Amino acid sequence: MNKIAKGTWVEIEQIVLTPEQRAPSLPEETRTTPYKMRVSGFLLADGELGQPARVRTIIGRELQGTLLTVNPSYSHSFGQTVLELLTIGTGEEA
Amino acid sequence: MSRDTSYAAVMARKNEIMKASLGIDFDEFIQSPVAFDYEGMMRATGFSLEDLVRIQSETKVGNTPLYELRNLTAAVRKFAGPGKGATIYLKDEAANASGSFKARRASISAYQAAQKGYKGMIAATSGNYGAAVASQAAQRGLKCIIVQEVFDSRGVGQPEIIEKSRACEAYGAEVLKCTVGPELFYLLLLTLEETGFFNASLYTPFGIRGVETLGAEIARQTRERLGKDPDAVLITHAGGGNLTGTARGLLQAGCANTRIIGCSVDLEGLHMASDRDFNRKSFTTGHTGFGVPFATWPDRVDVPRNAARSLRYMDEYHLVTQGEVFYITELLTKLEGLERGPAGNTSLAAAVAVAREMDRDQVVVVQETEYTGAGKHHNSQLSFARQNGIDVRRGDPRENVPGKNIVIPERLEQVRGSAQDLEKLRLSYLKNAAKQLPAARWSENDLAFLAADVNKDAAWLRQRLPELSQ
Repeated sequence: MNKIAKGTWVEIEQIVLTPEQRAPSLPEETRTTPYKMRVSGFLLADGELGQPARVRTIIGRELQGTLLTVNPSYSHSFGQTVLELLTIGTGEEA
Repeated sequence: MSRDTSYAAVMARKNEIMKASLGIDFDEFIQSPVAFDYEGMMRATGFSLEDLVRIQSETKVGNTPLYELRNLTAAVRKFAGPGKGATIYLKDEAANASGSFKARRASISAYQAAQKGYKGMIAATSGNYGAAVASQAAQRGLKCIIVQEVFDSRGVGQPEIIEKSRACEAYGAEVLKCTVGPELFYLLLLTLEETGFFNASLYTPFGIRGVETLGAEIARQTRERLGKDPDAVLITHAGGGNLTGTARGLLQAGCANTRIIGCSVDLEGLHMASDRDFNRKSFTTGHTGFGVPFATWPDRVDVPRNAARSLRYMDEYHLVTQGEVFYITELLTKLEGLERGPAGNTSLAAAVAVAREMDRDQVVVVQETEYTGAGKHHNSQLSFARQNGIDVRRGDPRENVPGKNIVIPERLEQVRGSAQDLEKLRLSYLKNAAKQLPAARWSENDLAFLAADVNKDAAWLRQRLPELSQ
């Protein structure tokens, strides 16, 4: 496995509650999954993807979880053009 | 000594965690299982309206433009009956720091947290409120943690919420990104306890009082422009804070005859705690999944008594479909040259339906917009919906079925939404109150509180007691 160096900006994932520990009266499809949380931070010691890791978050808290992503980033977009929107406002309303 | 962090144990410590993280002792105001001293609690914040304006002006909040939507008004008048078609005005709340009216709500909490010496603040929210708290915290030198519901169990995130995660991080916040479930509240409590930070709950008196300036500005601006009060103000309704704060501001400014119209996107049939339904809805707030339960029982929130009490102020409640809101969002862009986010346009869609029934010399004010961009943009939302198997098409919005399709109107005339029966909501609220304390045991004080909480008098409530006592 590739070693991820201490100080790298990473995202970790934590199981906050296992399915048995979750809140009562959840819908079936929710109840059977663990309650998970992800957070980004600087890796506190050399680590490996999929292995336990500790990070220091941007506000300085130390949190632990499983190392999930190196250099987490955003790629959300404006999506594929939705043709149904194009003609709105070009006809009778204008 | 390490504390028990199990779900049940943390939830059981809710009240003590809240007291420490807010500096408010709700016990001082609680009078019975159903009644509390609402105005006393709001007054105890200690701020006058002038104080709120001053605090907000320090952190780039408030004094947003009020625009007349000339082209949209003209378009409505083409099909409204003779003499009908009120003028539509829009309050451009996207001009606040962080891009939405939520900055008003966050600003007072941030001020209070800094004054009281807290090192940071925390909010549990997947909405624009997260960015607002992060932006206000940054300006007050406070650390910030936002707890968000972002993913389903496959790790697939709603694009609108992913954008909100990004915005929070952009303002320097630590963002805890969670899967679907009400345990968000558990994680909030646990994090409050661990950090000792201020609880920037959406539902504290600080949050709601911060929105009062919005109502007061609308009153001032319409009077300056038109020499009269607005005939109706349309307010997107979810948790109730937007409506409560705006209405309180209007009332303080003396707008006693302005109709307060709540508006939500109709998402009937989708379960809010469902891992499967999570990515089958295109609105993450401003919808009936919050609007109805919060109206009919406000105290279901993360504070012992909710300062947002929508039925206390609402005169009418209007639902619109997802497709209608997307249509109006595109129309606002093309006709009025304003590209704004869809969630903020919920009340704009309802305004078209309401304005067509009103006289031409009347004025309706849509009281918010929100910023838009990647993830939040209506094209992004619709594209994501299509990828998740939702049937997106043009047609009659009455064919809309939440979670199955999004029917975008073919013509503006089809944007009608549906007016809701407020009496049903009032009775539902009172039945929920009767679950806390049987109606037969309601005292005079309880009756007075409950009547005021549904915007009615005690005589009205007494007539309904037999039905509620069953």
